[in-house]
Amino acid sequence: MQTSTERVIYNRAGQRVVSPDYLLFEAPRTKHFMTGSEAVKEAVKRASVDASVSYPITPQSEAAHLIGELWVEGYVGVYFRGESEFGVMSEVAGCALAGARTITTTSGPGTLRAFENFPMWAGTRIPVQLVLMARGVNAPLSIQPDNLEVGFLLDTGCMIWYAENAQDLFDMILAGFVVAEQPSVHVPVVTVVDGFFVSHTREAVMLPPDDIALPPYNPYKAPMPVIDAEVPPGRFLRDPFVMKSNYISYATHASWQWEVRSAIERSRPFAKHYLRGLIEEFGDPSAELVFVACGTAAAQSKEAVRLLEEEGIKARVIKLKTIRPFPIEELRQAVKGAKYIFVPEFNVVGWLEREVRRYLYAYSDAEVIGAPRVAGGMTMPAEVIVKEVLKLTGKEVKHVI
Amino acid sequence: MSYKIYEINEDLLDVMPQEIRDLQFKATWGNPKRGVMDLPYSKELIEEHSLCAGCPESMALRYILASLPNPEDTIIVNSTGCTSLVFPHIALHTVHSLFGNQNAVASGIKRVLEWRFPDKVKDVVVLAGDGATVDIGLDCTLQSFFRQEKITTICFDNEVYANTGGQESGLTMKGHVFKMAPKGKQWDKVPMWQLAIDSGCHYVARLTVSSPKRVETVIKKAIYVAREVGPTYVHLYTPCILEIGLNSDDGLDEMRQRDKERFAFFEYVSEPAKEVIERKKEEGLL
Ligand SMILES: Cc1ncc(C[n+]2csc(CCOP(=O)(O)OP(=O)(O)O)c2C)c(N)n1
Ligand code: SF4
Repeated sequence: MQTSTERVIYNRAGQRVVSPDYLLFEAPRTKHFMTGSEAVKEAVKRASVDASVSYPITPQSEAAHLIGELWVEGYVGVYFRGESEFGVMSEVAGCALAGARTITTTSGPGTLRAFENFPMWAGTRIPVQLVLMARGVNAPLSIQPDNLEVGFLLDTGCMIWYAENAQDLFDMILAGFVVAEQPSVHVPVVTVVDGFFVSHTREAVMLPPDDIALPPYNPYKAPMPVIDAEVPPGRFLRDPFVMKSNYISYATHASWQWEVRSAIERSRPFAKHYLRGLIEEFGDPSAELVFVACGTAAAQSKEAVRLLEEEGIKARVIKLKTIRPFPIEELRQAVKGAKYIFVPEFNVVGWLEREVRRYLYAYSDAEVIGAPRVAGGMTMPAEVIVKEVLKLTGKEVKHVI
Repeated sequence: MSYKIYEINEDLLDVMPQEIRDLQFKATWGNPKRGVMDLPYSKELIEEHSLCAGCPESMALRYILASLPNPEDTIIVNSTGCTSLVFPHIALHTVHSLFGNQNAVASGIKRVLEWRFPDKVKDVVVLAGDGATVDIGLDCTLQSFFRQEKITTICFDNEVYANTGGQESGLTMKGHVFKMAPKGKQWDKVPMWQLAIDSGCHYVARLTVSSPKRVETVIKKAIYVAREVGPTYVHLYTPCILEIGLNSDDGLDEMRQRDKERFAFFEYVSEPAKEVIERKKEEGLL
């Protein structure tokens, strides 16, 4: 909160500009009942957003509509519907290159149609935020929740964060801009949430007042020249070409790839601060049975922990808030003493299991079990998770599913 | 901003390369009347190029860059192709992102710049090959016209995918045998200038780059109209001398030939565009 001697600053929408810490941690909050899509609107409303471009795809469309409403109300500077997701992701690249704090949203097949843009975003070091409401990928046609596309996104050079519920989503969107725009980071952030389960269900969300907002984006702090003709032209990577056949260009390209990945690594301390840690732990810290999960799978695992307690089995959950950067040290610490690590997932390939195995290799003796896995829009009842555990422990399955 | 952003720190003047010093002392910033006639006397905004010797695309780039009325506040958006090899040599803000999304990237840039700098003129010019504009990028190209984005789109039509080694494009002539069209192209050349008119462009021109002065007038008209009214489109024949088997000094003749037939000068001006063009003429800017 500003003291009386400080000058009060307002953003273009007339909201009082406050520090990210104040907005995220200190401002008084009141309880509201809303869907995940509405939580996106509430976050964007407090984020001093400059630009957004939209394209419909269920279950993301409503969030994009609501950002359009904010544009009409004057909270967002530039807003329009693009021609396709490929067009949209290109248009938001233009917006961000021209110096705008930019957000867009998509789901499932839209993500894949847009795909060529994501490594380009990272390679041009634009801090665009993509809110991804994960959904199944065709075919067969599906509009149901599933998070297969996140597996594709992991290695594009974007940060990948995963919200569990509408509250997480609200806080992560605000934190996402703050972390992505750090001059030492300055790469895109994909904020993922499970479509429908979060986008379309109502829950209690604690919101700070809506007359305060994040400090506006200052493009002149970016590590790359902003393309607005107000600074000398950028002559590195934002224009081509590092593709002459010589070792200097090979080395330049390679070092740039490493630099983008390093930028993600440099986001750790900021993400740790603004997300209050890269992981969240739930349940009995001494339990040898551990669930490692993100998003809705983490929520369901928490339910499973409660059910297992009734079975006399102690269990705990390690929820990963960021996948890129991966909370390597945090996970290694947290699984100390674990005997069984279950990785429940909302996709068929088990991309999170792959990640968990990769980072725990030679650091944990626990058995990693990539189960249960659901896809195609199926829910993951806590009983299904419990059943997997009981199967392993040889106990009788009592809970009927 | 102003051309001052190109000014060199005084303490470094003596160690800067000559071409950078020339940009400060011999470039034509800040003069909307600049044009191709300045080329022999001023510092060009393109230093050198890595196109084939005698490639007409290099002539086109020179004339276009010399004709921008507002280079200090112009952003050029490019696409993958032969032209993209030239962009690192251009002393302006240029963006290359992907192949075919140039008009979408430009739309984002233009809208944000209009919003961030409502009192300044910031021109956004798209410059890409025929493959990028009419094939892989046609959706983004036309949709930017539908949306009335205030950008100028310039297509370098060399009637082939040159940079990837001579594959047929949508603008190749029917029947022409190119790679990936081993039996000859199966359908007619896409009349992109007409599509541009039908899609809402306010100024459309088709020409070769055989006449520098004509290129200058067309580019200036296209930029002034885009600035005030809406999308504009310029279709330039820049033959790929390599892929059609001409010597490096044959490009000009090839264009003069086509001036009389399929690239005969053609211009379309909408009513609101006419008003802008007349006014600019009165102001002595055209
Ligand atoms: C998505 C994608 N597909 C294909 C390519 C390969 N590619 C590079 S340049 C090019 C052709 C360019 O043709 P055109 O736009 O006509 O420009 P020109 O090289 O003829 O000047 C192609 C197909 C690419 N870079 N990206
Ligand atoms: S390949 Fe053709 S278009 Fe490309 S630079 Fe050479 S002559 Fe010009």
